[in-house]
Amino acid sequence: MSVFNQSRKNVISLIFISLFVIIIIRLFTLQVITSKYKTLAEDQGTFRKVIYPDRGIIFDRKGNAILQNTNISDLMVTPNKLKGIDTAAICTILGIDTSQFKKRIIELIIKNGRSRPSIFEPLLSEEKMAMLNESMFKFAPAFYLQERSVRAYPYDAAANVLGYNAEVDTNFLKRHPNEGYVAGDYAGMTGLERSYEKVLMGERGIEYWKRDNKNRLTERLENGIYDTIAKAGKDLYTSIDIELQQLGEHLMENKLGSIVAVDPRTGGILAMVSAPTYQPKYLTGSERRKHFSELFLSPALPLLNRTVSASYSPGSTFKTLQALIGLHEGVISTDTHFSCSGAFYGCGTGKPMRCLDVGTFDLRGAITISDNTYFANVMQRVINNPKFPTVDSALTNWDRYMYAFGLGHKLGVDVPSEKSGNIPTPKYYNSVYGKGRWNFCNFRSVSIGQGEVTVTPLQVANEMAYIANKGWYILPHVVDSIEGGDRYDQLTQYQKKIRPTNIPDSIFEAVHDGMQGVVDKGTGAGAQVKDIVICGKTGTVENYYKGVKQQNHSFFCGFAPRDNPKIAIMCVVENSGRFGGTYAAPIVGLMIEKYLKDSITDKGRLARIEQLSKLNLMPPRIFSELRKQDSLRHANDPAYLMAKGYIKLMKDTLGIEDDEVGNDDLDKIRKEKQNNRKPSRDSIAAAEAMLPKEKKTNALRDTTRH
Amino acid sequence: MYQRKETILQGKDWRLIWMFGLISIIGLISIFSVEYRSNDDIIHSLFAFQKNYSKQFFYLIACVVVAMFILLTDSKLFTATPNLLYVFGIGLMLATFFIGKTVNGSKSWIPLGFMNLQPVETCKIFTALALAKYLSRPDTHFDKSRSQLIAAGICFLPIVFSLLQNETGLALVYFAFLLPMYREGFPPIYLILGFSMGVLLVVTLLFPAKPLIIALGVIALLLINSLKIKIKRNRSLLFFIVGFWAFSALFIGAVVPFLFKHVFQSYQADRIFSMIGRDNPYIDGKTVGIDMPANSAAKKSKADNENYNVKQSKIAIGSGGFFGKGFLKGTQTQGDFVPEQHTDFIFTSLAENFGFVGCALLMFLYLSMLLRILFIAERQRSTFSRVYAYSVAAIVFFHVAVNICMTIGLAPVIGITLPLMSYGGSSLLTFTILIFILIRLDADRQMVLR
Repeated sequence: MSVFNQSRKNVISLIFISLFVIIIIRLFTLQVITSKYKTLAEDQGTFRKVIYPDRGIIFDRKGNAILQNTNISDLMVTPNKLKGIDTAAICTILGIDTSQFKKRIIELIIKNGRSRPSIFEPLLSEEKMAMLNESMFKFAPAFYLQERSVRAYPYDAAANVLGYNAEVDTNFLKRHPNEGYVAGDYAGMTGLERSYEKVLMGERGIEYWKRDNKNRLTERLENGIYDTIAKAGKDLYTSIDIELQQLGEHLMENKLGSIVAVDPRTGGILAMVSAPTYQPKYLTGSERRKHFSELFLSPALPLLNRTVSASYSPGSTFKTLQALIGLHEGVISTDTHFSCSGAFYGCGTGKPMRCLDVGTFDLRGAITISDNTYFANVMQRVINNPKFPTVDSALTNWDRYMYAFGLGHKLGVDVPSEKSGNIPTPKYYNSVYGKGRWNFCNFRSVSIGQGEVTVTPLQVANEMAYIANKGWYILPHVVDSIEGGDRYDQLTQYQKKIRPTNIPDSIFEAVHDGMQGVVDKGTGAGAQVKDIVICGKTGTVENYYKGVKQQNHSFFCGFAPRDNPKIAIMCVVENSGRFGGTYAAPIVGLMIEKYLKDSITDKGRLARIEQLSKLNLMPPRIFSELRKQDSLRHANDPAYLMAKGYIKLMKDTLGIEDDEVGNDDLDKIRKEKQNNRKPSRDSIAAAEAMLPKEKKTNALRDTTRH
Repeated sequence: MYQRKETILQGKDWRLIWMFGLISIIGLISIFSVEYRSNDDIIHSLFAFQKNYSKQFFYLIACVVVAMFILLTDSKLFTATPNLLYVFGIGLMLATFFIGKTVNGSKSWIPLGFMNLQPVETCKIFTALALAKYLSRPDTHFDKSRSQLIAAGICFLPIVFSLLQNETGLALVYFAFLLPMYREGFPPIYLILGFSMGVLLVVTLLFPAKPLIIALGVIALLLINSLKIKIKRNRSLLFFIVGFWAFSALFIGAVVPFLFKHVFQSYQADRIFSMIGRDNPYIDGKTVGIDMPANSAAKKSKADNENYNVKQSKIAIGSGGFFGKGFLKGTQTQGDFVPEQHTDFIFTSLAENFGFVGCALLMFLYLSMLLRILFIAERQRSTFSRVYAYSVAAIVFFHVAVNICMTIGLAPVIGITLPLMSYGGSSLLTFTILIFILIRLDADRQMVLR
């Protein structure tokens, strides 16, 4: 029988072999041909962890770190290890009750799972840190502290110069396609953080980790041979004088406006104050989003860097430039006299430009007392100069001077969102009045810095540096040097002198004389500083907001000391009313004193600082807009409306029956609101964003407590 | 002629022993790589009896001891006791109904304190011996259908108990005994019928019933048309074709739905359907083509779970690539992504770490082992040894084929272990005993055992 069936062994062998061949073929397709499973495995089995290096540190001119990094700890929890932990103790330290604790844990489990560590409390305050550090061993291994790097501002100043970091949005990602950014990354959005993002960000590292089925990172893949090491960002060395900056910010409290101070010898910006400012640490950490919307919505525009992004008519500060042009064109000499009988009648008597001081003045005197008629005459002569056949060509020539002085175009400072300002061109007047149908009288107000001409405070400061240097300037800039060299060629443009015109020193001397007169005996006497010869020029600028005439802006610009200029400075106090000499001049005087004498010790002068600082020149429209925002916010707040009885009223009129569901819901809202905070809390915080420092710190403490 | 050998090691089939050892050690290494994490203290955990690999290590030692005992016994023991052992095995299976322990929904385990014994697993040995004993009886005439029926009864009785214990996967193993029966003269038509039923089953699951019956009808008509001349000569061919079509129609329309509704547990049906990528349409007695019942959502998560196992298994195997990721470097293994990886899915560990090369080598090893057993079988003088050898080959083949196909998505997940590789004392011991009885019998191949 067995012999009979022996051939069946071969059949069975064949079955065995063929099935094994099928399996081998299948394995070959799975493992060698298909790549799908490899990607799937990589996706779920490995994790590409991006290591963010510390951003670069920013130093001021004396080597003080004005923007650095600090480590703040997050309290992390792994919910499935919580058994046997003294939760009551940790609740006491954190100041929460056990029901809140349970609620948070449940939320974390829903969000992140049981076995993965999640953030239980972000950015712990110092007191909590100290308490936790002592007893951390009791809470291990369910709880542990994890450090993270946060931007820190040791001087709490220069928010608008330094800028802030924020999460990148899709537009940013589109604009920077191959620079390694992914959604969720942070990048510099304003200020130096933005201009020098490439330098400050450093080079990201990548670690490859193994990941398990519960999404936990277990260990390095292949002991880290594929990893790239993160390189810390490079440090920036700036020309900012942080104490001067702080003084400027202090002086500008309760005001809208700005101060720019430049070292005329280097073009380095010494101080760049934009008021109102905000606490830079407002825009770091966990409350960032809330603070941002407060600042963003504030009618005082604290996020606007007014030194470069706001443009004003230059007012009388413009007269110095008019004098330079007049002298260089030869239409006047230093001894040319014009007299003012009360107004400028060069364009007929229709709408005369008034002058404040009646009399006859030479150039120096005209600058000193800021005589409108004098400079109207000067510009009239420049425009009607027989050298030029048409008004067009004469104005073009005038424009050329203005561009040379750095006006009418962006200077190229290394702080972002610079405005170009405006210098009116023949093309513009042609479009307004028609070709050949306009003359000097159509734009006579430009001669005294009103009308179509606008400048940024930085441009004026730069123009002061130009006058101080007698004919040259270096592009104003904040950053002097970068650690490890200027890899992206950002600084070469800030090293060469620009000498745009060949105006002789004698002409500058005459203008300097006039400007010294302004401070010594003229409109800018408020800027006087003992033992320092200051050249300056006031400006009182008429302005309109939505077509309504507002209070005048107060301008003062100047440089000091006259013989060896070390600081060129410009100050604007918006809508302060009065004259340029009233508010801006004393502020500039104090700034110059602080910078040149290094400190202010005189008691009278210190009192003057406090007096100026407390002076509230905030235009009333800001407060009325704040109130409007407030009421709008209330309009969306059911608890507020209910408290006022509006909701009840609405229900009555609509005839809706008071069903239980509706009542419960409203009760819930009301309770929540009462528990959390008063409805108007947000608006208070918004207002505080621009109030003096003491209050700001209180507000911040309040908000971080939540 | 026959001489009694002096030591236990002489006259034994060394190649088979080597293959046995090699595969067991590969298995141990694979289990080790599933559980080992960097910084583990290997020596400590190996002797601590905590980790699975340490347990498997001791099971392996125990198995070596058992193997020695088997080699030391007289081979007449195995020819003398099969009937008794078979009755004992069936008794054990019956005992599970009373003292059984439920693991994973199947009440097929007997707790022994230090380990759990699964009688349906061990009963394979007794069945193999009993089948061999029956077929080698001088008064058995296997060409008679009565003998065929009795032999089939011996093989398939455990299936009945196993199904009653909710252990379908292991029950299927007993169909492997068709191979030794075929070798001994069982008509091949049963194998072919069984195979075509399998194909028909898969086709039935893949397509809706009515169009399928019509399609088969069309095929039958075409066949009749093309075989006109032959049919004229031989009428029975026509009857055969029509009969086969009728049988298929009955199978598709009635037998398969009956199986899924009343025989298989819903999770088993889910597994089968998950393999072919469909939802189980037989829940709540609905038939193919009828809309899913409302409570399917709850059932679906279970089906998804089954899908998850196979998907993870395929990812682990597929990501191994040609040469694998290297020993202990498999991310899927280290990340615990494959469920039941140390038992049913142990192959994935090897496949991820050592890639296609490793898999092909292992498959080659298994195939050589099987062919070696067939070779041993054919050199036996006694029918008993030969039938037994074929039974061992068939069981090992069935386990290997189904287990590997399961991990690579060619077969439903039915919980069949990979011989000598999967973690578990019960499985390891069973295969050790199976193989070493064979080696013991082979050592006495000159004897005609009855």
